[in-house]
Amino acid sequence: MSSQAFDSVQPVETPEGVDLALSPAGPCPRGLAWAIDASIRWFAYGAISLLLSFLGSAGTGLFLVFMFLLEWFYPVFFEVYRSGQTPGKAVLGLAVVMQDGTPVGFGASVIRNLLQFADFLPFAYLAGVVSTLTTERFQRLGDLAAGTQVVHRPSHSAMRERPRPRPGLTPRPLPIPLELHEQRAVLDFLDRRASLNPDRAEELARLAEPLAGEERAADNLCAFALWLEGQRPTTAGSPEPRGEH
Amino acid sequence: MQQQEGFERRYRPDWTEFESALKRLEAGDREFGATGFPGAYRRICHHLALARDRQFAPRLVDELNALVQRGHNQLYRVAPRPLRHLGRFFARDFPRAVRSEWRVVALATALFLLPGIALVLLVGIDPGVSAQVLGENQVLQFESMYEPDNERVGRPREAEVDTLMFGFYIRNNIGVAFRSFASGIFFGVGSAFFLVYNGVFLGAAAGHINQVGYFSTFYPFVIGHGSFELTAIVLAGAAGMRMGFALIRPGRRSRKRALQEAARTGIRIVYGAAAMLLVAALLEAFWSPNGAIPNTVKYAVGSFLWLFVFGYFLFAGARDGD
Repeated sequence: MSSQAFDSVQPVETPEGVDLALSPAGPCPRGLAWAIDASIRWFAYGAISLLLSFLGSAGTGLFLVFMFLLEWFYPVFFEVYRSGQTPGKAVLGLAVVMQDGTPVGFGASVIRNLLQFADFLPFAYLAGVVSTLTTERFQRLGDLAAGTQVVHRPSHSAMRERPRPRPGLTPRPLPIPLELHEQRAVLDFLDRRASLNPDRAEELARLAEPLAGEERAADNLCAFALWLEGQRPTTAGSPEPRGEH
Repeated sequence: MQQQEGFERRYRPDWTEFESALKRLEAGDREFGATGFPGAYRRICHHLALARDRQFAPRLVDELNALVQRGHNQLYRVAPRPLRHLGRFFARDFPRAVRSEWRVVALATALFLLPGIALVLLVGIDPGVSAQVLGENQVLQFESMYEPDNERVGRPREAEVDTLMFGFYIRNNIGVAFRSFASGIFFGVGSAFFLVYNGVFLGAAAGHINQVGYFSTFYPFVIGHGSFELTAIVLAGAAGMRMGFALIRPGRRSRKRALQEAARTGIRIVYGAAAMLLVAALLEAFWSPNGAIPNTVKYAVGSFLWLFVFGYFLFAGARDGD
């Protein structure tokens, strides 16, 4: 179906038999996460150098060792011991996993982080960005060599109540028959409407031109969606759900 | 939709409970009665499959997918214990890995040694070459570092403290080794470049030392840690080239798979090289520059270390029948 052409979701089969849908993350969120991590590192350098300045030259030596460890292994520690998320990645809701969806291993994490140097060449992570944009799973060079990928992983599943439809909407019967996937789309719109701003909701609803019309397209579409759900207008004019709620 | 609402209503308590279990696991608490977790995870997977099959709202499917994703990540973790096999790594795995890659190691050695020797000879013929290759300042710094009446050899005059130099060597040398390995992914060219560059640099330095006659300071200094440092540089470059060559000649595997296997082999060699550079840094910071130790002792110890390194890579771990 056409959705497969622009959807980057990678299904991974799990031992339980259900497919896990992984969303690889592109260069923009990864770049932001990197910037956050870099800031944290710089802050740590500053703090440690301040502490070690009391030890004179020997302190500088220790600081250099510390800087080396942080430079190369800061991401390794977090990826291996914190579910694949450095602090920067956690803020952006990203995580490092192996290609098959399993948690990232120690060796793989070391490989992908040592190869950051290669990704940085020739300047400003150009090789890494090119690699990310041209591979199927948005893998930079380090990811390719280590067999890892960076995916979106929400930090909380946000189990929320179904958003209530706007009051004052009367369910309306559909003027034209819809196929199953079209009905799904209309119902999804009802669910999503609460999270969209009004202009955007209108814009999206107008895509269903013949059905939703030009004026108040969002409301019209929602009215059809309520009907598809099985709600029927009561004689008093306000919607009453069929069955218990 | 009634079916979906009934589904949600019935199972939401399970999902909320699973979510709180996930939160505790993700925070690092792995001790709380986790016996029910795998069963709960399988149930959530079942719910996800049902939701997909019955084409429930994508919002619901996405939320269940997120739960499964997080649960999967917690359930299939392998507790990383990188230090567990340390002894076996050094006794067996590391030397074996190097031996099995002897071809790239030989190539790396050649790429390092040949330019080095060439530069030593060149500087012998035309002393000005060293300044051309290294730059005037670098040459002058070398001379000040290895002047025969230095108390600490191999140091710029300003940096007297050994710990400072130790930190510097760690950061600089191991960093170079890592970079040399990483740049190998570009079909081995990056590693080759690092090897040749280092060979040229050291060859020019040695050649210049020969010209000014600082034999009594430079060579005892270098021989102490050189066995570990130079070998490690060569090994890191070899590991990088191994990675790069996998892309050129993947054999019967896909390039991606060949690259990943080469990276796994290479990284083991890099671990060992990093350890060797740690030893080299200790020697270079605390042993080699000590002007109080007589040169004969330094030569003796240095030679012994070279023999040790060679013997290690030739014979260690070769016995166990495998």
